[in-house]
Amino acid sequence: MSLQLDFPAVLERWPSFLAGAVLTLELAFFATVLGALLGTLAAVGRGTHNSLIAGACKVYVETIRNTPLLVQIFLVYFGLASLGLKYSAFTVAVAALTINVGAYTAEIMRAGFEAIPRGQIEAAEGLALSRFQIYWHIILLPAVEKVYPALTSQFVLLMLASSVCSQISAEELTAVANYIQSDTYRAFETYIIVAVLYVILSLVMRAGFWGLGLLLFPRRRRLGTPL
Amino acid sequence: MQQNSSSSEPIVSLHNVQKSFGALRVLDGVSFAVARGEVLALIGRSGSGKSTALRCIDRFEKVDGGEIVVCGHRVDRPDVNLRALRQDVGIVFQSYNLFPHLTIEQNITLAPCAVKGMATSQAKDLARKVLVQVGLEEKLHAYPEQLSGGQQQRAAIARSLAMQPKVMLFDEVTSALDPELTGEVLKVIEQLAADGMTMVMVTHEMGFAKGIADRIVFMHRGKVHETGPASILTSPTTPELTQFVGTGNLKS
Repeated sequence: MSLQLDFPAVLERWPSFLAGAVLTLELAFFATVLGALLGTLAAVGRGTHNSLIAGACKVYVETIRNTPLLVQIFLVYFGLASLGLKYSAFTVAVAALTINVGAYTAEIMRAGFEAIPRGQIEAAEGLALSRFQIYWHIILLPAVEKVYPALTSQFVLLMLASSVCSQISAEELTAVANYIQSDTYRAFETYIIVAVLYVILSLVMRAGFWGLGLLLFPRRRRLGTPL
Repeated sequence: MQQNSSSSEPIVSLHNVQKSFGALRVLDGVSFAVARGEVLALIGRSGSGKSTALRCIDRFEKVDGGEIVVCGHRVDRPDVNLRALRQDVGIVFQSYNLFPHLTIEQNITLAPCAVKGMATSQAKDLARKVLVQVGLEEKLHAYPEQLSGGQQQRAAIARSLAMQPKVMLFDEVTSALDPELTGEVLKVIEQLAADGMTMVMVTHEMGFAKGIADRIVFMHRGKVHETGPASILTSPTTPELTQFVGTGNLKS
């Protein structure tokens, strides 16, 4: 039994790999930003006294968390198509990933909100801050700080999971790999390279979140301790 | 919009206030009033209802019955303008509740800027001023966790003062502090009293209450059991207050 690896034959397609990696990163970026927004709103919604809003947010979160991502992607893809709406595979992929990661973000943010001591909110109410101001100035950043490691893991996971978007022919990294291996018949080499590229993308994202954390939590920058 | 009280009316008045938590009757017809510039100390055993009475003034508890008027706001009514009420009332808690992610300066400037629309530079001047008042001007750019408990509580008082309240509520503000740190907080409160601030305080520091309070309200089982000038602490008339001050509560 001999293993013969021919990387040069595959590596000469590096511009395609690079384009796929960039698209994966773009997918992850947009879905992270939009999903963080959607998830935070859903977490706030689940905590409101309005049972209609709270119920709707709960249904959203539980539906998404209990169905496979690939099925969700197909639902968005074919759902939009059957409504006669034509969007690019990229747009559909961003929408589906956003909906998916938003639900997980909502659960993580809910844990963050619940970790804020009641006294913080009373102190803010005592200072006559409005509900919105309390969320914005008092609750949001400490809540994010408390769950930051869980949040960032979730977003890295989202980037890795975006590989299933190859199924709706979004030209991301895994889709590119599928073309290349069928072209070169060098499947093993191709997916080794792709795996390495995903590791690099993960590291890029983690570095980005580390930098973002420094920006978001100036207290930690000075004192070094998490909240 | 409710009218602000004229100078002759009390700043805070409770009349026959009722409040239950489930089957437990915490306030059973509580009445007292606080005049402008007056310092009122609420004392009593744990569970006597003194903290609940204080929290009702700022509507952190909704009452079941009775009437509460604070700076002209009908606090017992469901349509009370909470944010207007809380601009007139400052409250300081046992656990300080400084915002841990903000510097002391940001803790203080947040509400004046966000609620009153004060310009940032003006709010920063104000922050410096109130910190001088509590003796913490050098901690302007520190984070709460870098301060001792006593310093955090003084910063919390400064944060409240920056909203220029008409009345200040103190809810056992020294109970979480080591004995050697209570003094610095009590000194700040004494200075406020000397400056004419209207105050209602729940306290276990009987010696302090005796020294600073114009009037004592002793609560027992949800009722105002005995009330009068600070001298009632040394010559109580009811057996309950006699027992309360006699059990080692009256120190210094």
